Amino acid sequence: MTSRIDSAFQFEQTALGLRSARQELLASNIANADTPNYKAKDIDFASALQGAMAGVNNASLPLTTTSPAHFGAATGESVMGSPIMYRSVLQPSADGNTVDMDVERAQYADNALRYEASVSFVSGKVKDVLAALAP
Amino acid sequence: MIIGAFMSLFNIFNISGSAMTAQSQRLNVVASNLANAESATGPDGKPYRAKQVVFSTVPVNAQGGAGVKVSTVVEDASPMKLVYDPQNPLADGKGYVTMPNVNVVEEMVNMISASRSYENNVDVMNTSKTLLLKTLTIGQ
Repeated sequence: MTSRIDSAFQFEQTALGLRSARQELLASNIANADTPNYKAKDIDFASALQGAMAGVNNASLPLTTTSPAHFGAATGESVMGSPIMYRSVLQPSADGNTVDMDVERAQYADNALRYEASVSFVSGKVKDVLAALAP
Repeated sequence: MIIGAFMSLFNIFNISGSAMTAQSQRLNVVASNLANAESATGPDGKPYRAKQVVFSTVPVNAQGGAGVKVSTVVEDASPMKLVYDPQNPLADGKGYVTMPNVNVVEEMVNMISASRSYENNVDVMNTSKTLLLKTLTIGQ
């Protein structure tokens, strides 16, 4: 029974873990907005979540890019088995920094909202389990 | 794994905190430059030279999180301003006084940029605090 409850929460757990890891990455990008030669990093959330749920380690399998508009090269770092990639630049700056504050702030707000949504889903599930356990 | 989520969000405090420290150091240097924009002589008898901070990245973990620190404070290499003022006791043989190489306009821009970046990091910290508090309500 415990394992059933555990697996009921597995998806939200993984999603929350990835969301918060991504939140940290975006916070790093915002913090380093004025650091010369800093390259903005991000993860592809959808494939990261799929990989983490399937238990696949994609860290050693970087994406093949066929267009400069794709995610940049892999950084060699990984979050929960998914590679962290450099964001592709729209407007490069003279000091080698690739942080676009508008993009980062928008993504940060978006990710925060989705994190809160996940938290609400977990709370809903907890209520469901409690209802099932009630006599 | 929820614990893992918690640790990531707590890390944001360190990351944004380091950026706030770095930006306030930058603001400090800007204040010093603006205050000394007309200091034709200092303790060593030479005019003040503008100072600039150099930021560098500090990795906080293997998951890509990175804070900021001021690695060095360098002296501005741009040429000093020469002002023609023969009455000044500091004037050289031709009547020129060497004034600090502080570019006031540049410093004002630097100040605005530093304060905006600081505000950004405050916002980031507030958001992660909200998320942490929200996480604590799971199951209530």
